[in-house]
Amino acid sequence: MGAAAGPGFRLSRVGRRLVTVGLTAVLATSLSACVQSQRGEDSGQTMVFGAPGAPALFDPFYASDGETFRVTRQMMEGLVGFEAGGVKVEPELATDWKSSEDGTKWTFQLREGVKFHDGTDFNAEAVCANFERWYNQTGTGQSSALSYYWIETFGGFAGDDEPSLFSSCEAQDPTTAVINLTRATSKFPAALGLDSFSMQSPTAMEKYEADKVVAKGSGFEYSEYARKHPTGTGPFQFDSYDQNNQSVVLRRNDDYWGDKAKLDRLIFKVISDESVRKQELLSGGIDGYDFPNPADLDSLRQQDFNVQVREPFNVLYLGMSQKKNPALRKLKVRKALAYAVNRENLVNANLPDGAEVANLFYPSSVDGYTEDVAKYSYDPEKAKRLLNEAGHSDLTIEFWWPTQVTRPYMPDPRGIFNSLAGDMRKAGITVKPVSKPWNGGYISDVNKGDAEVFLLGWTGDYNSPDNFIGTFFGSTENQFYTKPAPWGEKLANRLDAADKEPDPTKRERMYTEINRDLKSKYLPAVPLSHSPPAIVTAPHVEGLVTSPLTAEEFASVSIEK
Amino acid sequence: MLRYTVRRLGQLLIVTVVLSVLLFGWLRALPGGPVSALLGERATEESRARLVQQLGLDQPLYVQYWKFVQRAITGDFGVSTGVQPGTPAMEVFLQRMPATLELSVLALLLAVAVGIPLGYFAARRQGGWLDNLSITWSLIGVAVPVFFLAFLLKYVFAIEFGVLPASGRQAAGIDATHATGFFVLDGLLTTEWDAAWNALVHLLLPAVALSTIPFAVIFRLTRASVLDVVEEDYVRTARSKGLGAMVVRGRHILRNAMLPVVTTIGLQTGALLSGAVLTEQVFNIPGIGQALSLGFQRQDYAVLQVVILATAMVYVLVNLLVDLAYAAIDPRLRTR
Repeated sequence: MGAAAGPGFRLSRVGRRLVTVGLTAVLATSLSACVQSQRGEDSGQTMVFGAPGAPALFDPFYASDGETFRVTRQMMEGLVGFEAGGVKVEPELATDWKSSEDGTKWTFQLREGVKFHDGTDFNAEAVCANFERWYNQTGTGQSSALSYYWIETFGGFAGDDEPSLFSSCEAQDPTTAVINLTRATSKFPAALGLDSFSMQSPTAMEKYEADKVVAKGSGFEYSEYARKHPTGTGPFQFDSYDQNNQSVVLRRNDDYWGDKAKLDRLIFKVISDESVRKQELLSGGIDGYDFPNPADLDSLRQQDFNVQVREPFNVLYLGMSQKKNPALRKLKVRKALAYAVNRENLVNANLPDGAEVANLFYPSSVDGYTEDVAKYSYDPEKAKRLLNEAGHSDLTIEFWWPTQVTRPYMPDPRGIFNSLAGDMRKAGITVKPVSKPWNGGYISDVNKGDAEVFLLGWTGDYNSPDNFIGTFFGSTENQFYTKPAPWGEKLANRLDAADKEPDPTKRERMYTEINRDLKSKYLPAVPLSHSPPAIVTAPHVEGLVTSPLTAEEFASVSIEK
Repeated sequence: MLRYTVRRLGQLLIVTVVLSVLLFGWLRALPGGPVSALLGERATEESRARLVQQLGLDQPLYVQYWKFVQRAITGDFGVSTGVQPGTPAMEVFLQRMPATLELSVLALLLAVAVGIPLGYFAARRQGGWLDNLSITWSLIGVAVPVFFLAFLLKYVFAIEFGVLPASGRQAAGIDATHATGFFVLDGLLTTEWDAAWNALVHLLLPAVALSTIPFAVIFRLTRASVLDVVEEDYVRTARSKGLGAMVVRGRHILRNAMLPVVTTIGLQTGALLSGAVLTEQVFNIPGIGQALSLGFQRQDYAVLQVVILATAMVYVLVNLLVDLAYAAIDPRLRTR
């Protein structure tokens, strides 16, 4: 300080202190004013939403992850969609549809006057161009890591030995598209509401070589279209993706055919850590975020944030693999485990508000649901009796649970494991815990059937029993290793038959029967719970309608300041 | 000198090859892998097997390694599968490195700008209130874990008073050109003052959190060094010759006391880069620290390989440059 004050200009000690305090106050005030003014500029009709992960690309056909769909959903639409706040199929780019009696010919009436963001007309030819693109994927494009939903829904591509579900698409006239299938399926038309099957501009896809996807090392490099020029018909259109700043900017499509978006700009800011997302909301850096920690919900509500709990559309189950532990091949042992676990206690103590005990492997909003099934209320004495009868009163099991992960259906894997393992021990079962990182061996080993008893679940893609139980038990080479079971093949065949049944009433009855037998005769797993994931927004955000499919659209959202 | 340089460059090549082999083998020995990350819980055994084959992960490890080397020579290190899916791994590294450097440099500047003057004045008034306060502060800096300090800073300045942002590098959606990836510099170069200020404001809390340990080290060393130097004979001689107080302080005390401090500042640079891993995670700064952390979580081979190899190369190269500088100064080293 002495060095700073030259001869002829020397402040007294008090003076120097006053200057220091003054300078600090000026700096703090200007800093505060500046930050506030910058926040002010970002307000108005711009919403910043905290997303847990980065989108992989912007071409939804090659995607299967929620973070990609969260963005593309705002820009693109399918032939059909889902009702706001529900799972019922509704018209979107198609206004009406009907199927032939045998369920193989689907005729879609298309909405008129719709244009893609690049000005290309949306019509039957554009619909067929999209279907043909999907069906004619070659090489890398056929990878299950890219065309996951096409493979899951349609089974294969042009030229495959196994015929695809898709046969052809005809543009009868500009507003009538006909999709021909090789057989009837329960997936239609709901599966067409999947984000992967959104309609994209054939002009833009050709111009920016949408199909140019290359395998490099252990990953994939996407096309220029998928990175920079996604073009749909939706209420928002792509503006930019700043990877340096981890934010995706969308802007309103002023030529949208329906109700225009209320926001001028919608920004997704990638914040991978949940606690940082919360701090950003509290500090005003973002206007909302997804998947808050269930433990924070009450405190967020108390601070006037809008905590919206979605209707659950998922299931958590206790899987029992018949591959390694011979005791688990006996129905009585599996039933004993079902009686041993206290699911009511699990839901009350370990799962968020709105969670429910699962009766079936899917929630009640899905077709074929019935209450008239074996319930397995908590009864440790009955569990012990059943184990005795099966000759396994000293049953020992490996109980697997994942680390480094939370899922909407499994917000706290360790807590859930502890609760269930405690229940099993009360029923005299010796539990050997096995924990592995989710991507570090858990998922791969469980999928091989190597985990004896394990925690896993599923979030539904659309309203179809096949999307749940067809996925779990439709093949005998599954997590539960039902191959050697005398009923394994039969169960897979029954599910296949139900999926192919064109008569909806008959199909629903078939699924109901399968659900009954799944709970009483087969019991390859015990459905535990349905947990609703929450979404939280700042008090000034209005109009967000939550979706059980976690498929929120932001066109109805406004900022009221 | 030329032969020495060539020999050292040869050693650098060997270090790089050995490191890349170890890294390649080690990553693939970890359970899981990118297939699990790419397909998630929805994968069937069949789809996993198909993808493993498609990506060539079923080939012997030496074949995979050889392919990796062939591609790496052309600058192709594969594509990210988890950190920034679909982006070339080298691009991920180059995009994120400026964030880490920007943060580390500011943290170091803060540590130096506060640590040295405070150390000097604390020593000059040994036992006074400034000395006691500074020692306490530096002890807190070393003792309090960075993540706790980070949370405390965020709580006070971002959440309670709302004067500083809680995380990130710049406000989302701000109109800013990112030419170099150093946001503050970009703003200054393009005269986008708002963007530069916004980036600087975003850097403050993480830089303060990251600077606490280097600050404490620099402060304590400066203080101890100044205390040593003021007792030296040449300082007494300088005073007795009638030199002015400013000259004695600046030329004789501070300059001599700075020698060990400057060496330590160099050593702290490495520690800062390591500390950035945690700070970037806590403040959601997309730097290489966060890339490492996410890379391990999401089994992103390509990004982990590039980030670890490139960081190691930087260390090895800096080391080489220092050795070359020593060799230039001391010819005896060249023949050893």
